[in-house]
Order: sequence, then structure tokens, then C-alpha cells
Amino acid sequence: MRQRRCVDELNAALHDAFERRSDVYLIGEDLLDPYGGAFKVGAGLSSRWPERVITTPISEASLFGVAAGMALRGYRPILEIMFGDFIALGFDQIVNGISKFREMYNDQVQVPLVVRTPMGGRRGYGPTHSQSLEKFLLGVPNVSMVAPSEVHDVRALLTNAIEDDEPVFFIENKVMYGRPNRRPVDGLLDGMRCVEESGPYPALTFSGNDFAESSATIVAYGGMVPIALDAAVQLILEHEVFCEVVALSRLLPLGIDAIVESVARSGALVTAEEGSLTAGVGAELTARVQERAWGDLRGPARRVAAADGIIPAAPGLEAEALPGVMDIVDAVLVRQAVRAS
Amino acid sequence: MLDFYRQMCLIRRFEETLLEMFSEGLLVGTTHTCIGQEANAVGVLSHVDADLDVVVSNHRCHGHYIAFTGDVSGLIAEVMGRVTGTCGGRGGSQHLCRGNFYTNGVQGSIAPLATGIALAERERGAGALTTVFLGDGTLGQGAVYECLNMASLWSLPLLIVVENNRYAQTTPSELAVSGSVAARAEAFGIETAELDTTDVVQVHAAAGAAASSVRRSGRPYFLVLNTHRMAPHSKGDDTRHPDELEALREHDPLRVLGARLERSDRARIERECREEIAAAREAGEEAPAAGAALAR
Ligand SMILES: Cc1ncc(C[n+]2csc(CCOP(=O)(O)OP(=O)(O)O)c2C)c(N)n1
Ligand SMILES: [Mg+2]
Repeated sequence: MRQRRCVDELNAALHDAFERRSDVYLIGEDLLDPYGGAFKVGAGLSSRWPERVITTPISEASLFGVAAGMALRGYRPILEIMFGDFIALGFDQIVNGISKFREMYNDQVQVPLVVRTPMGGRRGYGPTHSQSLEKFLLGVPNVSMVAPSEVHDVRALLTNAIEDDEPVFFIENKVMYGRPNRRPVDGLLDGMRCVEESGPYPALTFSGNDFAESSATIVAYGGMVPIALDAAVQLILEHEVFCEVVALSRLLPLGIDAIVESVARSGALVTAEEGSLTAGVGAELTARVQERAWGDLRGPARRVAAADGIIPAAPGLEAEALPGVMDIVDAVLVRQAVRAS
Repeated sequence: MLDFYRQMCLIRRFEETLLEMFSEGLLVGTTHTCIGQEANAVGVLSHVDADLDVVVSNHRCHGHYIAFTGDVSGLIAEVMGRVTGTCGGRGGSQHLCRGNFYTNGVQGSIAPLATGIALAERERGAGALTTVFLGDGTLGQGAVYECLNMASLWSLPLLIVVENNRYAQTTPSELAVSGSVAARAEAFGIETAELDTTDVVQVHAAAGAAASSVRRSGRPYFLVLNTHRMAPHSKGDDTRHPDELEALREHDPLRVLGARLERSDRARIERECREEIAAAREAGEEAPAAGAALAR
């Protein structure tokens, strides 16, 4: 069976949702066909449902609030922000509105909106169009953040986000769009065993040695998942070191059950994210895992992340700034050295 | 006219009670009274139907809330931090929600919210009018202009009311608002009216024309109400000269309307309002404080 690209699966989820529910709207810039949005995720929607696809002026600071207003009044708006970097313009609405209304208004209201936005680099878009700003949302209580990767059921994740009664930030990695949505078949992917959690936003755990004792647990999400899997394969082939890879699909609320289970077998934690290092997703993961699994850990966790700086445009410079396979391999080998000594 | 007076009187006595309670140390946090501006809340909201229409308000929201819901006891309990408050004590003075009424405390942030609500209501097609109240100082926020643009582009049934009390906290509008207020909306192709009065009857008439224009055309409308804030921005923080405040007294909407009423009617209404507020306050005092740390 030929695998469809992730962008097609996301597009299908949107078409499903528009078909299934009349309260779903897509709001954002340049959405109309034949363009269908900057990354084409909304292609075809405006032709089929012209009245429910609202193409907007360049007004991100307000668009988050517009979506919130619709959600408060019983609709399920999906806000497409053309580049994830632009969530910075919406932070007042996110922090002082969207995330607060339900609790601040004493649970009288719901804000069932989805903000869909592409994040990530490796496309040479430069400093303001390449970031992974998930860590800023990580500090916002009362919102959900879902970040699919190419090994998740991308279509189901977006469907579940649209059906969610809480506000969901749905982070779409730009490189992922064009790659096939590879799903485990009979619990196997790339020759590794894979178990998938239940629930709307499952984590997937991969093992190259059938979940026997291993050297480290690599936790990744979004665009870092295929990189982490490549690192795991390379560690096996070139170093005979076995790791587990946990591919998260939900960053908020941040559940770590799958990680804690894996760390019990591996004794070491390596986090991998494309955002910059300081106060990142890895920092929060590390704190939580150390709280719960201290006794299983042989040594301190290691965080693999982008450098604390800009993401330059030139391909060579960009590659220097962003974490890659070798960064993960090295982080695991450092842990392995601790184990060997 | 008697009902206008009663509503304005209820709002005035309510807020005076709050200021008293603050000065007695019975309340914590902050509050923003609309003393002097009551004609706007009452005049505008006499045209809306609380079961159908939506109101989005700002930090200076007590008058709007009471005119829209009539709920004095929920509001006083909210400000007092009681479980019986409008939002169970979670929101306080400037974060209210009840039925079709919403407020938030970040200047300008409610413009996008109201725009989205008006969009939702346009889609629902039940004929609801969304009214949003903004202050003159809030015209400094860029989001307001994004929303004027979208409201006009998308033909939203949105009534934007600017209560221009000529001050933002301590900053006079000469230092913060350039050019013409009304022309801001006109530039977006939005119908506009401007009024210079604290007479509730005149506000009522202008707001009536505005509301029916929105309902008829489905287009936004921008109503500028030039008014006066007679009390401090918040509490005890008035930096204006006492002479200036004294001169505002002739604009007091209660005085302006009261001069046209029978003395006996006024006295009766005054008494009834005081009684209603006293009862609400008493109920609030008896209600449990919100939050386990204080509840007893
Ligand atoms: C974004 C933001 N900045 C500053 C404040 C603090 N603040 C509260 S009210 C106010 C003045 C608002 O003036 P205006 O819009 O004229 O309304 P008014 O208070 O006169 O009713 C200020 C500066 C705020 N609440 N939000
Ligand atoms: Mg003002």
C-alpha cells in the first residue's frame, strides 16, 4: 500500500471534519483555492464549503481572539497561522483569553478551538520562519498542545483535536508535510517493535531489541521523531547500542507514563527537540521524569536541542544550529560511557 | 424615564458602596467605577435583549453588567470573593461572564473577541447584535483597527461603543489620541455617530438609531459617546484638580435626568436602590468565601 503524505492526511482530516460537522470553520490567511493556504493543508475546502472558509487580513494579533469569540459562541473554529513564528503576535489572546476563559468564568464556557500552525526549520526560511516555539506554549496552563510526527496517525490526531472541548494548539512540522505518513504494521516499523498508547493523543514507543534492557530512552516529537529513529538505527548498526525511542504526540498536558516505563528498562533519558535549548520541552520533561523515575536513572538526563540563537537561512548555517542525528547519537554514547565506566 | 433613573441610580449606589467598602478595607484588589458615565450603559443597553444579544465589556464594566443582567447580588459577591459571585470569585471586578455577557481586563483584547462573537452570531443568523464597549485610551491598541477592518470587510452585526471620558487612567486624551476618533471608523467604511452628552434620553435615542442600523443592515456601527468620569480611574487615584472635578458635577447623568422627575419619585427610587444594594451586600457577607484557604 502506498503511503500518503502527511499533508494529505491532514487535508483529509479537515475534509472529514467539514463533512461531519457544520460548526467547523477554517480561518486564516490565503486559504482560498486554488492556493489553499501556504502549505496546502486546507486545499479544496473553500471550493466545497465557501461559506465556512474565511480568508482574513494579516491580523494575527486579533485572529486568535476572533477564533475565541466563535468558540465561546458554540462554533469549532480552526485557526490556521501561516507560520508558527507568528503565534508571538497572538500571545495576549492566548495567555489572557483563550487559556483563561473556561476557568476564569467559573466553568460556564468552553473554548473548543484548534490553532493549526507549521513549525520547524530545515527549509532555509531563515530566523523568523523556521522556529519551533512550542516551549512558549508549554508555560500556558489550560490549553492542549498536540504535535504529530510522521509515525503517528496524523489524520486521527487532527480529528481528535477538532473534537476536543479544550483549546488545542496543533503543531505541524514543516518537513513532515511532504513525507509519507509511515505507520507501524503489525507492531513493526523500520524493523523496530512499536507499541502505541491508547487514547486520543498516544505516544509510540520503539525498541530495536524487543523491549529488553537498553541503553537509553530517546524522547522526541514532531520533526525530531524520524531523526531520533535514524539515530537509534545508527546506534545499533555502528555501535551495537540499543535504545528505545518514545515519540510523543501531546506536549500539553504533558504526560510521561510511556517515558517512565521506558526509562525503567533503559536507565537513561535523552530528550530531543528542534526548539532552542533553554527552558525548552526537554527541561520540563527532564524535571518530570527525574521526579518520578529517579531510582531508575543511572545519571543526569541529556537534552538535545537547537542552539540558543537564531536559525540562519543559509543551509550550512541552519544545519549547524539545528539538532541532528549525530547530536542524539553522541548524547546516547555519553550516557553509555557512564554506564560502561 | 423612571426606569432609566432607577437603573442609573442602582449602578451609582452600587459603585459608591464598593468604594466605601474599599476604603473600609473590606475589599481587596481593584475596581473601576463608571460614576458619571451611567447614561451610556443604560441608554445603550436598553436596546438589547439579554436572551439574544451579546455584550462584551472591559475593565469599567459594572454599569454594563447591571444594565444588561440586573444582577447586583452576583456582582457584589464576585467583587467580595464569595462562592455566590458571578464567577464564583474567580474573575473579580473585571472578569465577568453571565449568559451573553463577557468582560476581560486587558485593554483592546476584547475587540477581537467581540469580532469573533459577532462573526459567530452572523453565522447563526438569529439576528443577535453584539455590542462592545471601548475606552478612548484603548484606541491606542492596534488590534482595535484590525477588528474595524474585519468587521467592515465581513459585514458583522457589531456595535462598537467608544466611551470617550477623555482620560486613560491619568493620561488625558490630548496626550494619547491623535486626530478624530470618529474618522478612525469612517476610514474603514463604518457608519459612525458622535454624541456629546450625559443625558440618558439622548444616548438612548442615538443608540437606538445605531442598534437598528446594525440590525437592519447587518453592518457594524461606531458610536462615540463623549462623556465624563466623575470618580477616580480606580480608587483614590485621581490626579485631576478638584476644580476640574467640581465642574463635572453639572454633567452628572443622575442630576441631568433627575431634574425632569418628581422629587417624590426620585426619593422612592433612591430608597429602593439603597435597599436592594444593602440586601445584596448582606447576602454577600453571609456567603462563604471562595477558596479553601479562607472558607469557614
Ligand atoms: C494592555 C493593557 N495596558 C494597560 C492596562 C492598565 N489600564 C487599565 S484601564 C487603563 C486606561 C484605559 O483607558 P480607557 O480606554 O480610556 O478607558 P477608561 O478607563 O477611561 O474607561 C489602563 C492603562 C490594561 N488593563 N491593559
Ligand atoms: Mg478613557
